[in-house]
Amino acid sequence: MAFKIIASQCTQCGACEFECPSGAIKFKGESYVVERDKCTECQGVFDMQQCASVCPVPKTCVPA
Amino acid sequence: MPAPIVSLQSLTSTTFSDQLLATAQSGGCASSSCGLSGKQDDMDPVVWEKIKDHPCFSEEAHHYFARMHVAVAPACNIQCNYCNRKYDCANESRPGVVSEKLTPDQALRKVITVANEVPQLSVLGIAGPGDACYDWKKTKATFERIAREIPDIKFCISTNGLALPDHVAELAEMNVDHVTITINMVDPEIGAEIYPWIFYDQRRYAGIEAARILHERQMLSLEMLTARGILTKINSVMIPGVNDEHLIEVNEWVRERGAFLHNVMPLISDPAHGTHYGVTGQRGPTAMELKALQDRLEGGAKLMRHCRQCRADAVGLLGEDGGQEFTLDRIPSEVTYDATKREAYREVVAHERRDHVAARREALGMLKTAGSCKSLLVAVATKGGGRVNEHFGHAKEFQVYEASPKGISFVGHRKVEQYCLGGWGEKAILDGIIAALEGLDVVLCAKIGDCPKERLAEAGIGATDAYGHDYIETAISALYAAEFGVQPLAATA
Ligand code: SF4
Ligand code: SF4
Ligand code: SF4
Ligand code: SF4
Repeated sequence: MAFKIIASQCTQCGACEFECPSGAIKFKGESYVVERDKCTECQGVFDMQQCASVCPVPKTCVPA
Repeated sequence: MPAPIVSLQSLTSTTFSDQLLATAQSGGCASSSCGLSGKQDDMDPVVWEKIKDHPCFSEEAHHYFARMHVAVAPACNIQCNYCNRKYDCANESRPGVVSEKLTPDQALRKVITVANEVPQLSVLGIAGPGDACYDWKKTKATFERIAREIPDIKFCISTNGLALPDHVAELAEMNVDHVTITINMVDPEIGAEIYPWIFYDQRRYAGIEAARILHERQMLSLEMLTARGILTKINSVMIPGVNDEHLIEVNEWVRERGAFLHNVMPLISDPAHGTHYGVTGQRGPTAMELKALQDRLEGGAKLMRHCRQCRADAVGLLGEDGGQEFTLDRIPSEVTYDATKREAYREVVAHERRDHVAARREALGMLKTAGSCKSLLVAVATKGGGRVNEHFGHAKEFQVYEASPKGISFVGHRKVEQYCLGGWGEKAILDGIIAALEGLDVVLCAKIGDCPKERLAEAGIGATDAYGHDYIETAISALYAAEFGVQPLAATA
């Protein structure tokens, strides 16, 4: 149970990083990545996955 | 090291046209209503103090002062159909486009470097890509660090307004006097065509609901800023067939809520930019369509006509972009702020401004004595200081002024490709320039060759370098008098 970021589409705006309630998104090397073991899919905190809701590029934060 | 964008020397040398002085003096201006007083005379002194060094808020200041932007807040909470943060090309000049995003510490280094090199620098703005109020922590950290080093720099932010109400109190505390809100609609039905979605209160909203929330937050922001005496500029993107007529209503709404300036900008839409509008073929307005709308808005909220829709990492006077000279790899890793150049420059400007005000008065006197009711649209090549001081072939834009017995007013600018590259004039480029100058009567510049002059004449546009280095108003009034005939005898007869 985790989300992932499609790096080739990401504009690296960083919005997902600061919306993630679990601190699961980090900038590593050249791109943003979701740390699988930290991602909770926002369950119990928000109705919708925050990274997917705020990302300006459709289908870039998606279920892994 | 890059050279200052306008040398101090070009500003200190006073090059009045003797002939003009003589005419202006002999013609005289007896009427007491003669006052091209400069906007500052009838303005609240508190407001003037805030805007006098801000190139965007004061049209007069834009001849003297420069702004720079740092892209420190790339995250955004809405999507606009004219924006795409995915592509950047170094040759592109449009809002939202940057070559590098900076951390607050990198921004500090860059601002100090620019302040040391460009004495005209007076304003630091954060204007995208992204939203300065949404990505607030980075915006705030940047302002705080820079205020500590350069206490007299003015801060400015540009935002979509959605997150703005949450930060108005902090902005006021940090002495941010200037805020720009992009407002393209007051009717959510129209908004739904411009904004596919917003992210608010931890979820994504779409359609009319999204536009309604955005609209309410924008109006609330404006009211809160006005209540605190923070000056606001409203940017509206003119999208033909979508909100062009509607902007008249937008103008009324923002004026009622105390907006200081309204800046209507043309939509920039090119398929290569990959924006929604670019891809769907939505066109932008022509220069004359934009002017027609601005003319209809005149009388509402004060209009800004000197906006250049600069890149979000632009550096320099409006219309100039030295951003590429100050990329991170070109700035030292250790920098210390040196205030001497900026201080010296301010003294020169203070002197120059007094001189300029007097020159403007004389210019208006000349327009009146010309005794014509015609108006003249003039393109001016300038590199700052309020003077006609750029060569035709070097100009990347022309500033457009309208002269009539009512005075001389700035109406906009026309961007062009530089004609002279390494001494050679390209025919194709000249065709482009002539097309860009459509509808204008005369071009004023510091120098122009015979060939472009003839080609312009064939297209019905006059061109002259006879008024090179004069103040813009001085040159235009002399031209107006020459064109429509001063009749000194009639005055005494
Ligand atoms: S789904 Fe939620 S928890 Fe997982 S990365 Fe996205 S924002 Fe973070
Ligand atoms: S929000 Fe989307 S575009 Fe922005 S950094 Fe995250 S994945 Fe990339
Ligand atoms: S362009 Fe906008 S953000 Fe930049 S300095 Fe001018 S008003 Fe401020
Ligand atoms: S608010 Fe600015 S950064 Fe955000 S989508 Fe609109 S234009 Fe782009």
